[in-house]
Parts: sequence; C-alpha cells; structure tokens
Amino acid sequence: MNVDAQKNIHGNVQRVSYPRNRKDHRLILRSILFLFPACSLLLVFFVGPILLTFYFAFTNMSLTGTAAQAIEFVGFKNFMYMFSDPNFRVSIVKTIVFLVFSAVIGQQVLGFILALLMKERNRTFRRIIGTTVLAGWVTPEIVVAFAFFAFLNEQGTLNTILQSIGIKPIAWLFTFPMVSVIIANIWHGTAFSMLVFQSALDNVPKSLEEAAIIDGATRWQRLWRITIPVIKGQIVTNMVLVTLQTLGVFTLIYALTGGGPGMSTQTLPIYMYNQAFVNYQLGYGTAISLAMLIIGIIASLLYIRLLKVKV
Amino acid sequence: MTRRTLEKVIPYIVLSFLGVVFLLPLLWILFSSFDPHATVSLKVPKTISMENFASVLADKTNQRSLLIGVFLSLGQAMITVVAATLAAYPLSRYQLKYKKPFLLTILFMTSLPITAVMVPVYQLFMFLNLQDSLLGTMLFLASSSLPYAIWMTKNFMDAVPLELEESAWIDGASVLKGLQKVVAPLMIPGMFTVAIFTFTLSWGNFFVPYILIQSPEKLPASVTIYQFFGQYGMVEYGKLAAFSLIYTIPPIILYMISQRFMSEGFSFGGATKG
Repeated sequence: MNVDAQKNIHGNVQRVSYPRNRKDHRLILRSILFLFPACSLLLVFFVGPILLTFYFAFTNMSLTGTAAQAIEFVGFKNFMYMFSDPNFRVSIVKTIVFLVFSAVIGQQVLGFILALLMKERNRTFRRIIGTTVLAGWVTPEIVVAFAFFAFLNEQGTLNTILQSIGIKPIAWLFTFPMVSVIIANIWHGTAFSMLVFQSALDNVPKSLEEAAIIDGATRWQRLWRITIPVIKGQIVTNMVLVTLQTLGVFTLIYALTGGGPGMSTQTLPIYMYNQAFVNYQLGYGTAISLAMLIIGIIASLLYIRLLKVKV
Repeated sequence: MTRRTLEKVIPYIVLSFLGVVFLLPLLWILFSSFDPHATVSLKVPKTISMENFASVLADKTNQRSLLIGVFLSLGQAMITVVAATLAAYPLSRYQLKYKKPFLLTILFMTSLPITAVMVPVYQLFMFLNLQDSLLGTMLFLASSSLPYAIWMTKNFMDAVPLELEESAWIDGASVLKGLQKVVAPLMIPGMFTVAIFTFTLSWGNFFVPYILIQSPEKLPASVTIYQFFGQYGMVEYGKLAAFSLIYTIPPIILYMISQRFMSEGFSFGGATKG
C-alpha cells in the first residue's frame, strides 16, 4: 500500500501539463482550500486550548469571586503552590500506580498472553474468546463503571463467587479502591493490546521459529529469544500508546469511586477536575492540566519517534 | 496424560478461564436488565421481562438524551469525515513543502490525551460564548477526532489508484468533481470506518458534554445515564442495567459493521485493469 502511494505521488508530479510555475501556484492554492476546514477546526478547538493552557496556568483565574472578573497574571505562583501541595503529590503517586499496574503491566501482559495463547488455536474458539475480550473494549466507559460497581459490590458477583469457596465478602470499592479501578480499566482496555500483539505475532517470520525448533529450542526459549526480540518495537510502541490512553482516563474512576474514598483513587485528571470545577480554581486547575499535558507531549513525541513512519 | 496432550490442553484451559473472567462483569448487566426486581447481586431472572426496557424508553428525559446523543455523534461524524476527506486529498496526492512536518504534527495530535485540555476548553467556550451549546460541543468533538480521521483517511486514499481520477479529468471533470465522483465512492468503506470510529468515540464520551453542557434538557445519553445512576441507580438496578444495555447497543452494532468493512478490504486492483 505504501509503495503504491509513493508511486501515485510521483506519478502526479511528473504529469505536468501546465507551465510549471502556474501549475505549482494552483496546486498550492487548491491544497490550502482543501485543508482549510480541517485546519481551522484544529486551530480553534485543538491548538487553541493547548496554547491557552500555557497562558491560563500562569493566571489566578477563578469561577467565583473577584478573580472571576479580572484575570491577573501571577507568574509561577500556581506552580510554586503545586510543588508544595501535598494533595498534588498524592495525585502524582496515584497516577503512576494506576498507569503502571493498569496499563503497562495489566493490559500489556494480559493482552500479550491472550494473543500468544490464541495463536494456532481452533478458529471458532479464538473467535469466542476474542469477542468476550472485545466486549469490554466496546462497552462505553460509564457502563464499564456500572458493571464494576455491581461486580465489586459487597453483595456483588465477585463476592458471591468468593463465598462459594469460603472467602468472606469484601467491600472492594472501599477496602481496595485502587485495585478496583485498576481491574476495571484492565477489563476495559486489554482488547487493544491484544489486537496489537495479535497482528505483531502474525508477522513473526515462520522460518525463524522453525529454525529454532530444529535447533531444539524449548517453547520458553523461543518466546524469550525469538518472539519477544522480533516484536520488541511493537511492544514499546504499544506501551507508550496505552500509557497515553490511560493517562486521560477520567470517566471510569469518576463514576466508580469519584476519586475516593478520601484521595485513594485521585489521579491527575480527577484532581484537575476537582480543583477547577469543584473548588472553582480554574487557574490552578489549568496548572495541573499543564503538568498532565507536558507528560502527554513527551510521551507523544516518544511515540512518533518510535513509529518511524514514512510520510 | 502425556506431556504432548498436556501442552495442547493447557492453553485451552487458560483461555477459557480468561474468557469467563471477562464475561463475568457483563453478566450482571445482562441478567438485571431483564429482571424488574434486580438487586446488586447476580441473579438469573425467573422470567424474561421487558418491563425495564419499556419504562426506560417511555421516559421523556431518556428519549431526549438518546436523541441528543445521536445528534451530537452523527453531526460530529459527518463534519469529521468531510473535513478529513478534503484535507486528506492534497496530503495524499500532492508533494507539498511542509507536508512531512504537517503529517507528523497530525500524528502527534492523535495521541495527546484530550482530558488534559478540558479546563482550558471550558474557558475557551466561555470566551467564545459557546458554553451550553450543542453545536459548539459537536465542533469540539469533531476537532478532537480530526487528527486520527485525517491520518486514517489519508492512508485509505493512498490506496485509490490515480489512473481512475485521471480518466475523469480527461473527460473534463474538475478536481473537486473527480474527488466527489471517483475517489469518494471508492473510499466509502474507508469513510464509513472513520465515521463509525468517531461516532463511537463521541457516543461514549462522558467528560466533554459533562463539562461543556449545563442545561439538563441538552444533556446527551452519556451524562443522563450517569445522573440516573446517582438519582435512582441505587434503587432501580434493573432500569439502570436496561438503560446501560440500550446505551451500549449502538457501539456494538457499529463495531460489527466496521469489522465487515475491514474484512472486505479494498479491492481497487480490478478497477484499473479493464
């Protein structure tokens, strides 16, 4: 597909029937016209808010009181406050725990195991398991929250099962809130990693595996010495992508635990929301969102670096 | 059992176990939605009753919110597809000076978490006097899915052979006509895939309308369902489950349709030969 595209582009450029300058001129004009709707939307609603983040983060903007009328530039005050704010530090830790256990470890490892085990299995069986995992992915976040609210409830499904093997009911959402949101997010997101790894595994050259079998390598050795090194690139790319997706998770946590009890599941998006819309500190809320944005920007740059796309 | 058969059986056991684990959280929603006396516990309903669905769908607020959800997501998908197709054309067909950095910026935008900019977006909406506007929300949703849509559409367009378009030009068609009459029809599977993808994202999005829309009568299903949970959910579990299921059906159907499109693939090969 890629090769064809290159040919197309070159093909078009070679077939110049107008005098060269005039053609170029028209071509550029036409390109601008075609790009205009998309670019204007992106400028106003995408680039605009990002630039505003950088501006508002240095103001004392507020939803109520005097600061609501007149926005004042306060320099690094929000950031000084942020670094001395123990709640911010708690949120950073909560975010890292959530990211590491639900995205980097949970979704990636589970997705990989699923993809690996599903390879070379019966087709119908593959399809049934694949569909169940995908069901979690297709389900909207807010419904995922309800499903897990019931699943992890004191009288919920999980406790019913555990009781049958003699374990006393646990109020999961109150006793282990972080574990609860992590499990819910793994359930929701694993299908993505599974799909990525399925296509990655399909592209591992058969000859490599066969050569290893002839050389007497065990299953385990083949996995660590061949499969994983070959798909290393996809693993890293997927890791960055899943981390970025998980960094933005708001709805699931908000609807399931509301960030609580206390601050136990208050990740950065929840803390940002609370500061901006519950405490009406828009300026400070924006400073938190800038922190999140910078993490996002670094990870995104890493992501396009890793992709090494030809454009 | 020999080692051989054991090696064959274990993956099936592990996979079946994982499959059941993934199914379990959904069972409650399925069972409870058909049970008017559902509680938070998992219980197979004695009789299958449509009572919950009927009462959720009869409610005026729920009807309106589902319609608003469709309006927002469909409008957003249409804006996105048109803007992305137009933008993809020069990006796919011409060699432009700043094409490479432009495409890299688009790719960079696809992975930025939208959650991070919602506070400034709210401020922007206040400034533009767009707060509480469905149209504004629709435009924002369209912009947030545009980077991915442009990227996907460009790749689909790269696969459409230039020869077809050229023969249309020879017959006297303009570039826009060629795009409209030759390229777009061939890209219908691709455009549908993009539309379905962005529709699903907007339909499931709770945070954006929750922040940008205040009037209760303008809220889409994603927010109403959350409020329903807060107001009645703790009491009327059956209705909450039924509402959740109704709300989840469009993404499921659309996902299945998009799989169809994807598996059919793009067979342009034959078109140039004849």
